Amino acid sequence: MVEAGRSPNIEILTNAELLSLDGKVGAFKAKIKINPRYIDADKCTACGLCTQYCPRHLVDKYNEGLSITRPIHIDFPQAVPATYYIDPSACLHLKHDTCKICVPVCRSHAIDFSQKPVDRELSVGSVIMSPGFGQIPDEALEKYSYGKHPDVVTSLEFERMLNPSGPFQGHVRCLSDKRHPKKIAFIQCVGSRDLGCDNGYCSSVCCMYAIKEAMVAKEHDPECEITVFYMDLRTQGKDFDAARTRAEDQFGIKFVRAKVADVMPWDKQLKLTYSTMEETHHFDPFDMVVLSIGLDSPTGAKELAKIGKFELNKYDFCKTETFTPLGTTRDGVLVAGAFQGPKDIPESVTQASAAAGIAAAMNKKHRGKGYVIKSYPDEQEISLDEPRIGVFVCHCGINISGTVDVAKVAEYAGGMDKVAYHSESLYSCSQDAQEVLKEKIKEHKLNRVVIAACSPRTHEPLFQETLKDAGLNRCLFEMVNIRDQCSWVHANEPEAATDKSKDLVRMGVAKARHITSLNEQTVPVTPSAIVLGGGIAGLTAAENMANQGFQCYLIEKSNTLGGHVALMRNTLQGDNTMAMMKDLESRVKKNKKISVMTSSELTDVSGFVGNFSSVITTVKGKKTTEQAIDHGVIIVATGGREYRPDLYMLGKSKKVITQLELEERLAGTAKNRAPGSIVMIQCAGSRGEDLQYCSKICCNNAVKNALKVKAINPESQLIVLYRDMRTYGYAEDAYREAREKGVIFIPYEVENRPKVTQKGTTVTVNYYDPILQEKVSINPDLITLSTGFVPEDPENLSKLLKIPVNANNFFLEAHVKLRPVEMPVAGVYVCGMAHSPKPIDEIVAQAQAAAAKAAIPLVKGHVNVEPTVSSVDKDTCIGCQICVNLCPYKAIQMVKEGKVKKAETIAASCKGCGICASRCPTFAISMGGFTMEQINAQIKAFGVID
Amino acid sequence: MGKTDDKKSGAVMVVGGGVAGVQAALDLTELGYYVYLVEKGAAVGGAMAQLDKTFPTNDCSL
Repeated sequence: MVEAGRSPNIEILTNAELLSLDGKVGAFKAKIKINPRYIDADKCTACGLCTQYCPRHLVDKYNEGLSITRPIHIDFPQAVPATYYIDPSACLHLKHDTCKICVPVCRSHAIDFSQKPVDRELSVGSVIMSPGFGQIPDEALEKYSYGKHPDVVTSLEFERMLNPSGPFQGHVRCLSDKRHPKKIAFIQCVGSRDLGCDNGYCSSVCCMYAIKEAMVAKEHDPECEITVFYMDLRTQGKDFDAARTRAEDQFGIKFVRAKVADVMPWDKQLKLTYSTMEETHHFDPFDMVVLSIGLDSPTGAKELAKIGKFELNKYDFCKTETFTPLGTTRDGVLVAGAFQGPKDIPESVTQASAAAGIAAAMNKKHRGKGYVIKSYPDEQEISLDEPRIGVFVCHCGINISGTVDVAKVAEYAGGMDKVAYHSESLYSCSQDAQEVLKEKIKEHKLNRVVIAACSPRTHEPLFQETLKDAGLNRCLFEMVNIRDQCSWVHANEPEAATDKSKDLVRMGVAKARHITSLNEQTVPVTPSAIVLGGGIAGLTAAENMANQGFQCYLIEKSNTLGGHVALMRNTLQGDNTMAMMKDLESRVKKNKKISVMTSSELTDVSGFVGNFSSVITTVKGKKTTEQAIDHGVIIVATGGREYRPDLYMLGKSKKVITQLELEERLAGTAKNRAPGSIVMIQCAGSRGEDLQYCSKICCNNAVKNALKVKAINPESQLIVLYRDMRTYGYAEDAYREAREKGVIFIPYEVENRPKVTQKGTTVTVNYYDPILQEKVSINPDLITLSTGFVPEDPENLSKLLKIPVNANNFFLEAHVKLRPVEMPVAGVYVCGMAHSPKPIDEIVAQAQAAAAKAAIPLVKGHVNVEPTVSSVDKDTCIGCQICVNLCPYKAIQMVKEGKVKKAETIAASCKGCGICASRCPTFAISMGGFTMEQINAQIKAFGVID
Repeated sequence: MGKTDDKKSGAVMVVGGGVAGVQAALDLTELGYYVYLVEKGAAVGGAMAQLDKTFPTNDCSL
């Protein structure tokens, strides 16, 4: 957010609405109306004085109505733009022409009631629609006593309660009498999977946020009893099941499969009536009920569609197709995020990148024409100056200051040698705090900055950018993490946490006294890409890269393209998979910018982002050829395949097949292809058997095939044995249709998986039916296993590229939420099944996102090399070569110095891991930003209290 | 930043400043395009700015 606020290439137009959108791709004319803020953004310093003086109360929408604000306010301190605004519907002056108290109060004279709405016409090449989602109407919540009893809250309200900067400073309280609730119930699927409010779809995110909120509530109050009432727990995302298990085992959160029929006020509590699978009714009292509300289509969706001239689907979300998930029905108008269909943050971020990449390809001719290049002031030379250190201690709202005495820590820092300035900051990451930081650097001639706040992992780049803006080298910066390491881990010992914060700050300052400027090198890039894998992900990524104008080498191990999708016949949505794949394949083969290499593998790679050099080995018959390719980036799209477990008689009986085999069979013409009785077993080999994870797509495939069976042979008796039916999103409609058509869905517990036995040609399934409450044994004509998906063996590639895999052998992205397609190694990207199993539309979006991200260094034409690299003091080096052998990145080479050979770092390849420095027998190697001198100073400061 | 003329070529408009809109805008600038980020409300951030921590890692959402 702050990054967007700082970019010279993003003009943020707030309080703005789209009035019309004419023209066509490449030449749209958009009319925008910008409503007044009544505050001059250039003058407002976000000091907050106006809010204090404003006499009128206003319900705070940002806090879900749980607190009161004033008509003149800011939603939250880190808001971008960091400018207050006046709500014209509540302001006494704007409504009744009175008051105006705020005008003289504002010291910077920022309040301007003369502002009028401004119309603007923008010329743009493409448009991305990302209006998000709306809230489920209150009427749909009334049946759970929402609005009738204050202790029934929505999950968003609960989210605000849990938030340390929320209305109750993170303390969960019953709204009725402010007591801490001891028993909390979560009710899932409120406003989702609910035809009562016309939302037949599953919102796909509620199970996850309910688990998160429950865990956070438990952290706040371990005594609190939390029960989640659900129909199916849909934690199908990558590593999501693990979090669910943690919630159950570590946090003691109870999960009950039951539909809650009624929530009734009952004395001071709320009484829940629900019935479990066994048809027994329960009445349970709770202190608080949280409704896990789904995601509705955004307010104004219909209007936006009318203005934008594109179509919506039946639920008023944007209409898209499986193979083009980001395209609306109007050419040049794209969609991203929850408006495309309910989805979580990583999916939204992925779609956003994908849409950006597609828009970039559409407007290739105009790339860079409107671009503003950011310039920085000249860097100050400080090597001869005495250190003047500025220490800034962050409150992080109350995230830090709730435990640590921030004022004491700042004051303590102020007394230290070479500290020229110290202060506190409410949110040091906010936009206005960056301005303050710059000012203070100038005012106090600071030449080193220490920020005691959160994690450098997330925030270091932001502060370093600010240093550059202030004319300082970005390495003159040290971050001390007093949030994770003090206020979080020592939440219950405020004094010790404060002492430890002082210790860490002292050590940070000690190091800062010795830090120096480091050079940032830039290296040119080879503007081409290697895409590994010729399945749908690889084909899509290569096509997008080529359309953005970059040469692509598509490397496929087998002799045909298409991957696992080529084995499918159709999608749940009814697309003809084979035709779509053929079309994609031929487009890729015709594209002049793409070289397709089948029967080929990556066998060696060296270099670094922008400058990779790879060897591709092709085996055709007896002929093996090797080709060296220089390229700037690598996209890993090596895919996956259906798993074949040695379970449930698969491979032993002809009557036991997988879902893919059934799909193939149903597409054939055999008379008995849809026999009279079929049992499908979900999670066969998954979620705790051979595979530990959920493969996300098997439930959809089962429902797809079940509907096909019913279409061919309506008399067929079909039983689906499942754990949780995870037909999330719009697939819920198909699940409902299958039930309506007579497919029987029976849940089983993990301790009680169904068993398959064989006698002669008869196969028998034994399972426990929780509704009949007895064991059932049947002999179906066919058993179909939903077996899950496994990645193609990642081991070689993982070693070659030094990219990590998770416990389930899927490649591990750099950040689960915010960098979902990037790998920790710069210049390497991942998409498709190699990342995790997922349906076609998600693969396409992810592949397009990977292509967009991969194009970034190629567009720039150069990459910046991190300055924190190792360097060798040639006078001390004895040329023993230990470092050369140990370096995992091939980043040290031996060079001749007169008669002897000495080690030398290849800065662009160095990852700054420090292995070489720690092993050098003569201490000849030092690490930029982590020199011996700096670390020693830090260690000494740990023991010595000033 | 100053006022920009509204007829520059190589610009893309993003309607909605939630996590998707902001991410799309940032990526577009990195890909060499100028972006107009049109937001109905007074600040960007959308629903994500209301969240404290995120599933499953409990990372800060801002």
